[in-house]
Amino acid sequence: MSENTPHQPIILIIDDEIQMRRLLRVTLEGNGYRVFEAANGQEGLIEAAQRRPDIVVLDLGLPDMDGQSVLERLREWSEAPVLVLSVRDGEEDKVAALDHGADDYMNKPFSTAELLARLRAARRRAQPVADNVVFHSGHLQVDLSSRLVTVKGKEVKLTPTEYSLLRLLVRSAGKVVTHRQILKEVWGPNYGEQTHYLRVYMAHLREKLEEDPSRPELLLTEPGVGYRLKSEV
Amino acid sequence: MAEDIRPDPDALLAAIQRSEAATKRGKFKVFLGMAAGVGKTYAMLRAAQRAQREGIDVVVGYVETHGRKETEALLAGLPIIPRRKVEYRGVTLEEMDLDALLARHPQLAVVDELPHTNVPGSRHAKRFQDVIELLDAGMDVYTTMNVQHAESRVDTVRQITGSTVQETVPDSVLDGAEMELIDLPPEDLLKRLDEGKVYVPERAELAMMNFFREGNLNALREMALRLAADHVGQDVHDYLQAMQITGPWRSGHRLLVAVSASPSSPHMIRWTRRLADNLDCPWLAVYVEQPQPLTEENQERLTKNLALARELGAEVITTADAGVARGILRVARQQNVTQIVVGKPGGDSALDWFRGGRLLRRLVRESGHIELHIVRPEAVEKGERSRRWNLAGESSLWQYAAGLGVVSLCTGVNALLFSKVGPQALALIYLLGVVLLAFAVGRGPTLATATASALMWDYFFLPPRYSFRMTHVEDVMMFCMYFVVALVLGQFASRVRWQERAERRREERSTALYLLTRDLADAADVDDMAQRLVRQVEQAFKAKVAVLLREPSGSLARTAHHASTFAVSEKEQSVAAWAFRFGKAAGRFTDNLPSASAIYMPLQTNRGPAGVLGVALEGDHQPTLEQRDLLDAYARQAALVLDRLRLDAEAQQAHLVEESEKLSKALLNSISHELRTPISAITTAASALVEPTTPEPLRDTLAHEIQESAARLNRLVSNLLDMTRLESGNVKPRLDWCDAADVINVALRHNERELSGHPVALSLNQPLPLAKMDFVLIEQALNNLLLNAAHYTPPGTTVEIKASAAPGEMTISVADHGPGLPPESLPHVFEKFYRVPGAPAGGTGLGLSIVKGLIEAHGGRVEARNRPGGGAEFSIHLPVVGNPEPALDAVV
Repeated sequence: MSENTPHQPIILIIDDEIQMRRLLRVTLEGNGYRVFEAANGQEGLIEAAQRRPDIVVLDLGLPDMDGQSVLERLREWSEAPVLVLSVRDGEEDKVAALDHGADDYMNKPFSTAELLARLRAARRRAQPVADNVVFHSGHLQVDLSSRLVTVKGKEVKLTPTEYSLLRLLVRSAGKVVTHRQILKEVWGPNYGEQTHYLRVYMAHLREKLEEDPSRPELLLTEPGVGYRLKSEV
Repeated sequence: MAEDIRPDPDALLAAIQRSEAATKRGKFKVFLGMAAGVGKTYAMLRAAQRAQREGIDVVVGYVETHGRKETEALLAGLPIIPRRKVEYRGVTLEEMDLDALLARHPQLAVVDELPHTNVPGSRHAKRFQDVIELLDAGMDVYTTMNVQHAESRVDTVRQITGSTVQETVPDSVLDGAEMELIDLPPEDLLKRLDEGKVYVPERAELAMMNFFREGNLNALREMALRLAADHVGQDVHDYLQAMQITGPWRSGHRLLVAVSASPSSPHMIRWTRRLADNLDCPWLAVYVEQPQPLTEENQERLTKNLALARELGAEVITTADAGVARGILRVARQQNVTQIVVGKPGGDSALDWFRGGRLLRRLVRESGHIELHIVRPEAVEKGERSRRWNLAGESSLWQYAAGLGVVSLCTGVNALLFSKVGPQALALIYLLGVVLLAFAVGRGPTLATATASALMWDYFFLPPRYSFRMTHVEDVMMFCMYFVVALVLGQFASRVRWQERAERRREERSTALYLLTRDLADAADVDDMAQRLVRQVEQAFKAKVAVLLREPSGSLARTAHHASTFAVSEKEQSVAAWAFRFGKAAGRFTDNLPSASAIYMPLQTNRGPAGVLGVALEGDHQPTLEQRDLLDAYARQAALVLDRLRLDAEAQQAHLVEESEKLSKALLNSISHELRTPISAITTAASALVEPTTPEPLRDTLAHEIQESAARLNRLVSNLLDMTRLESGNVKPRLDWCDAADVINVALRHNERELSGHPVALSLNQPLPLAKMDFVLIEQALNNLLLNAAHYTPPGTTVEIKASAAPGEMTISVADHGPGLPPESLPHVFEKFYRVPGAPAGGTGLGLSIVKGLIEAHGGRVEARNRPGGGAEFSIHLPVVGNPEPALDAVV
């Protein structure tokens, strides 16, 4: 958390639609955020530099520059989590935004509850996490320090690959991790395109961790983009 | 006239068109004089100055002042287009710069000396053609001319002055013109001449002195007055006819002039044109093709004569007949001719007299109610003879040799027979030889063979033998009879042969045309047709061919169509463009831009030119009349086909537009309903929420209503966007290895809320192999199927999802326990905007067509059927190719 906002988290909304900004402001201020607005990319970058927001909500379709390049410019000096909020629902846009450092991606139209949950998750991820933290979600419990994975209290044996896949998802719990990010992290930089590895191992993981592997509740697929481990907020 | 005379609609239309064309076309004013020096240029420039004072944009294109001070003074203040300098045989000449004038495009252009002949290599051979182009471009033109240059007056001028005018202006050019007569009494003109005020070029001084005699000038003055009066007559005529005033001009006459290769024909043609002018009636020029072939010189003269007739406004008809009189009368009857003009026989040989006389006698005897004019031919210039008695003709040496052969052969045969039969029978053998020969050779050789065989017969077989002497009267009689019979039979046979040949030529022509017509009719499109046209013309004319088509912009293509067999250079293209613009043939062997290397024929349709056909003939020979005709026919035929192809394309376009209009109408109907419903729900709910009186528990329901409607709107918009993407072919599946079970899971999760009222039975034929597909697109297809199942079946009924894999194919199906589909709807459910009759409201008829589009983009197929146990089942079949390589364990 930034030192100049002791009580309220600061949020910056970069969106050219005034109606959208108005709606977000009402919702977010009602939920304890201090809201700043920018109507285009340039303004957004200036505001981000001045206000040092804890989190940024970014629209991709801006009048002066593309949202993706706003994201790149922002990432040059800021670590603040960025939630992309866009009407573009093509998976290429999502993947590009996530690969360029966006923390999360939501399509318009969206529900307020979902947005607030995602914002909370993003802020929590932004806090430094100790490796010995034990992760809980539903019946699943993962102790990263002792490499112990249990479902309903029973220990589950995972292969090393399955474990490193799970560990990556736990570290980014609640956030979409793209195929490429997973493949590079788990299998190495040369395996970025081998999606079928992922499909196979994800099926294995679900088999071992999900209550009903055919209706997964924890390891969620983001179509065309990647996977997300459901986190309890 | 007792009967109610209404204005002839055609005449009225023509008058309207003429006045319309006149408003578009520029106005044409000719300052007409009887001779040089009357002050035409002066008068024209004064008129131009007057026009400029009235605010009209006047530009001088070309004026020759001949250094006269008063005339030069009048040029002051008028903008002048600089003259074009042309290098011709080492001399620099000056011409009017037509292109600069066209580019400048003033309201009124002043162009002196209409009959002027341009330097060879100019766009047009004659200045009056430049002027026509200016008029067509919509400029008014002032010009000057002396009366002796009017084409129809040339003969009269020669009779009066004794000199032949070379530079003439066709009367058809003058037809639309306003004429202002610049008149000066001859004695005043002669006085001006004496004072040196009239410019007379030195080289022609002598001729001019002869020309400027008071008697000549009086005659020329009268001609000028009459020509100007004739033009007033034309205007009055148009007016009277348009105003429904009957008058003596409705003569109902129709003239026919017989044209031949004779040098006296032009005189007759002009004479007929004057008569037609006076009678105000149409006229025909008819050439009757004869068995005797024309010499090249005659052929050329005939072409010129017919061109003259055409230029003077005649309808030109050529026909083939062994008898000139018969041919003329046949055409005359077909065309309802009332008067025939023929030349008075006046050749210098007795034969000409005989033949001409025979023609006249036949015409007089058989013309019936048609009147005859017999015109005295002009004294033909020395050295030119109307027709030679040409024994040789086209008969070449071998034909005479063949004749000799036949005579020798017959003599040989007769020598063998002589001991057995008498000399009379031997004559029949000779006769047989002559008749057979006549079928193969021309008239000359036949005549020669007949003579030779008669002599042979006399010499060898008539007693006393080996002498030409004849002792008996009956032998003399026999000899004479034989001679006459041989001649007549020979003549007869050669005529039959000619007719046969003419018939064959006609047949060849019609066959060529037929082939072209048939070939072109098969053309599928314009490119195809251009190829066929090029091939056909190439074969028929042994020439190189180019086709230039009209572009959609309406102008002619810059380059020739790729099927063309010669490249059209930029300079040649401008010739073709000229033909295209003015709808007249241009280029080589024509009057327009004759320096080009090919003939360019416009492909005229009744909706304007469709293109230009370029034909580069080999060699320097002027194409024959027949070739010209055939080329004309080809161009017409090609134009017709082009027109038809364009109409077809337009009809097809219209059909497409109609289809798409129908579709967009269905779309609008469906969309407006689909959009309005949720919007009105949102509006109503939101307005209720705003009301403070609305009770708290209701607010929750209203908010949910808004949410529901918004979701529905969102679905609709997504569907429309998907459809648009699919239609525009922008959907390219990004194939990747996917787990079908995962796809189904995601789709189920996605529609959790919509499916909340329905139990879902999932039956996966485990283990499903990975298959290459686009995860997002297949999920979307499944979404639509699940939504349909949720929407169109009663709550509480189960939705079954099955997935199975067979070698090469993976099937995913969504089945429901609803009412099923009406059988007649089954073939249509995947069509765009199709809705099952009686289906509940809500839905655009797009969902299933999107499914179909998405699956087909994968190379798969969709099926809809009713299940035996009730309910509908939709299945997706995707091709499965290959297996992924086995996954590696990560190196950890």
